[in-house]
Amino acid sequence: MDLQTMLNYHWEAMIPEFIILGTTVLLTLLDLFWPPYIKRRRLAWIGLIGILLSLLSLLAVLPIEVVSILDDSFRLDSFAKAFKMLLLVGAAFVMLLAESYEPKEGMKEQRGEFYYLFLTALLGAMIMTSSGDLITLFIGLELLSISSYILAGIRKHHTASNEAAMKYVISGGISTAITLFGMSYLYGLTGSTNLKAMSIIMKETVDTQFLYLFGLAFFMVLVGLSFKIASAPFHMWAPDVYQGAPIPVTAFLSVVSKTAGFAIILRILLSLYREVWGDAVGAFSFFESNSIYIAFLAGITMIIGNVVALRQRNLKRLFAYSSIAHAGYLLVAFATLGGQYFLFDTFWFYLLAYLFMNLGAFAVIQVVSGNTEQEGIDMLTGLYQRSPWLAVAMGISILSLAGIPGTAGFIAKVSIFLGAFAVDPGFYVLAAIMAGTTVISYIYYFGILVQLFLRSSIIQTKPKVPAGINILVAVCVLMTILFGLAPNIALDFFHQHFGDLLDF
Amino acid sequence: MTFLLSVLVFSPILGILLLLLTSKQHESNLKMFGFIGTVPPLLVSLILYQYYASGASLADFTIKNNWIRFGNLSQYDAKLFTVDYELAIDGFSLVLVLMTALLTSLAAFASHSIKKEWKGYFVLLLFLEIGMLGVFTAQNLVLFFLFFELTLISAFFLVGKWGFAEKEKAAYSFLLYNGIGSAILLIVIMILFARAGTTNIQALTHIITIGGVPTIAPISATMKYALLVGLVAAFAIKLPIFPMHRWMVMVHVEAPTPIVMLHAGVLLKIGAYGMIRFGMGIFPEQFKSVAIYLAVLGVINFLYGAFMAFIQTDFKRVLAYSSISHMGVVLIGLGSLQAAGVQGAVFQVVSHGLIAALLFYLVGIIQEKTDTSLISDLGGLAKTVPRLSGWLLAGSFASLGLPGMSGFVSEFLAFLGLFKSEPWLAAIGSIGIVMTAVYMLRAVLDITFGKEKEKYEHLTDLNWLQQIPAGILLLLIVSIGVYPSLLGEPLQRTLDAIMIGIGR
Repeated sequence: MDLQTMLNYHWEAMIPEFIILGTTVLLTLLDLFWPPYIKRRRLAWIGLIGILLSLLSLLAVLPIEVVSILDDSFRLDSFAKAFKMLLLVGAAFVMLLAESYEPKEGMKEQRGEFYYLFLTALLGAMIMTSSGDLITLFIGLELLSISSYILAGIRKHHTASNEAAMKYVISGGISTAITLFGMSYLYGLTGSTNLKAMSIIMKETVDTQFLYLFGLAFFMVLVGLSFKIASAPFHMWAPDVYQGAPIPVTAFLSVVSKTAGFAIILRILLSLYREVWGDAVGAFSFFESNSIYIAFLAGITMIIGNVVALRQRNLKRLFAYSSIAHAGYLLVAFATLGGQYFLFDTFWFYLLAYLFMNLGAFAVIQVVSGNTEQEGIDMLTGLYQRSPWLAVAMGISILSLAGIPGTAGFIAKVSIFLGAFAVDPGFYVLAAIMAGTTVISYIYYFGILVQLFLRSSIIQTKPKVPAGINILVAVCVLMTILFGLAPNIALDFFHQHFGDLLDF
Repeated sequence: MTFLLSVLVFSPILGILLLLLTSKQHESNLKMFGFIGTVPPLLVSLILYQYYASGASLADFTIKNNWIRFGNLSQYDAKLFTVDYELAIDGFSLVLVLMTALLTSLAAFASHSIKKEWKGYFVLLLFLEIGMLGVFTAQNLVLFFLFFELTLISAFFLVGKWGFAEKEKAAYSFLLYNGIGSAILLIVIMILFARAGTTNIQALTHIITIGGVPTIAPISATMKYALLVGLVAAFAIKLPIFPMHRWMVMVHVEAPTPIVMLHAGVLLKIGAYGMIRFGMGIFPEQFKSVAIYLAVLGVINFLYGAFMAFIQTDFKRVLAYSSISHMGVVLIGLGSLQAAGVQGAVFQVVSHGLIAALLFYLVGIIQEKTDTSLISDLGGLAKTVPRLSGWLLAGSFASLGLPGMSGFVSEFLAFLGLFKSEPWLAAIGSIGIVMTAVYMLRAVLDITFGKEKEKYEHLTDLNWLQQIPAGILLLLIVSIGVYPSLLGEPLQRTLDAIMIGIGR
């Protein structure tokens, strides 16, 4: 590859990534050279500006057609744009959370890295959404994972945080190994790591032995990647890590990292397997004959997440199980392939809704737990009397998480149900599990509401809310309700700019 | 004219805004604004009735706007997978809307007994009213579900915060039972939506009964039965049908009395409304074949409720079981599949709404004055508080079906229907009529003429203001009893349509 071809690439497709990369470098340098008396907290604002610039540049490149550079290893297609948008918005909110984060023991030494590690993680996630090659996908995945491992343990003098990081690294390593093992099958069978080239070979394959191995590789990759989205069987890290990690990191893991996880699952598995045969005669497609297994994983995930959440008293742990449950709901959409009509918009809208409702809740948790120095559910007791605004905001986020109509969470669930029933025969059992576990989830979600509104508080101090958090909470609540009552603002935007993701 | 229904449903927002602008401490202002907030819907519904009485067609008020569109399928059919904002009213809805608006006003009036947090209480009460009014006017299932859940959430908080000793437990069991009901309902709605591409009630009726319309995926004959059974089960929990009634007894005992007035008066009726409107309306063929089971369940409800009411020691429990028993009459009427029976069922919906509200209003006052509702603790009230006792006796006569009052008309019609179709069943069921008289008179006579209790010698009787609600309710009860056409005439067209649907 000579210099001329390099220069001829449409590098503008990578501008959002370049901006994040540049901001990261800038932050590391500033952290290094700023005199000690300058508060490192300002780095968060610079990081935030970087993310917002990147978001703007992403909006600027929205109209351009599919760009594929670096030998098809970097693709900017509608899928990438749609998911990058979610990642950037999520990361911007997490940055706001991180700005005002203040652990008990302080974090003077690590505050700088605290901020730019978010950016490297974000960069990894963005690369994951727009890779057309297994190698770059994996690099993106590792960049995200390794940054998150460090972030989980960033409170160096806090035992739980260290424990969380350790557990996260180990289970992450195992799951990565499994993913890689699955990928190695794919490479061995197709002789390529380029997704496009691979899918061409794969859809022409009718040899049953090959198809069997494809199936094996599929489930290895899916199971390995279930680590990123915190679904069964690799969900057990979530409760410990969510509990031990600093709250902004928990929020990051539950929103940005999960979005990236779904992006990579869709990217690899859908683009490779959508047209693979399920049997030698070609009577079934791969997904038709294997959806039952994905459905099984989805069902198990929903049941584990919602049932175990019932027993949790630690709020962050409860949210870990709730996040497992939500991964399960989304896997339903994956198992049903959205009934053909509701695939990408379902994922996108669900993750969008989840972003707002979850971050809204985490923002309130951060403020209140900083104020009360507790992490149990009872820290929310009587919050309505102490701070009606925070209590109402939390209440709306919780209602949305529970999928109550009028909130974005409901519309997202409706989309999944539509996908499950629009095919014949429908996924009745799976949908019934989803509806049933949703009712179970009412118990713990409404348990939080009971604490917020029905009980009176022992603690009387009013939580002080930083301006950044106030904005964050206001935006999240507003969007949760707006997308619940007028979801077409988001859905039409999606369809208008990304279509049906035909260039996927 | 089309704006009138939107005004009707959302006019309580005015009151909510007024309340939000008032200081938390201003008890009398809050109570006044809370009551004022319920006046606009009452006025609008009276205007609607006025239009109707003067011969205008209610169809003129239909409102229909684009609202939500799922998927990206508009190139095939602009209306595919859309949910409109559509409200309409017919005679049946009009009667229920009038009843809802009236009972909410009376409940707000009766809310002077609320002791704390008046602001939150009235805001939720008005949200509850929006939900109830919306339920009776929504023209598609998704919109119906939205309002339905709004009633669930607001009632949960109203019971859980302002109820008696076991309020939180009652609120939880209310939430869970109804949550299961809504989950079933949601699945039914989603299957219909996913397969037919619409949730409009008229369109669905056409697709299910006549067919000949291409659907996204087939709706087989078996599935129609399954969907109807799902619908009936969902509304059976709401109604409630034995053995899913326990939550309702708890709510009746633990909820604050104004909320019980609404709960017994309106919320339970949503179950009956749903069965008639959606069960009989959309699935007439299938409904015919399950009707006999409903009739049997109705007789069981009627007898079981009456028997349980007989052995209760708490007057509120007597009334709760009496409600269960009277809801059995609705099922008996519907299950008869006769014009008279169905008419009786609808009459019972309205009649029991008024009677239950009257009785609970009076019980609320008794409990406020004496701090108890145990029959054994009360006694001889006729001497000390003759006016209160008089109203109570009148209410109980209405409840036991004294001719000349509305209860008689509805029970008579319902049993007339059942005697035509299933004479044996009706014969067994009619034992319950006697039992109703026995348990009602036992309880009320004990309270009014039983052994006098010294501690109640100095009770103050009702003043004229407190007699107004009772007077209005009794006036309506007697008017319907003496001149049933008052109610029968608005209902006639809806009933005709239903009877044509089931082919009788």
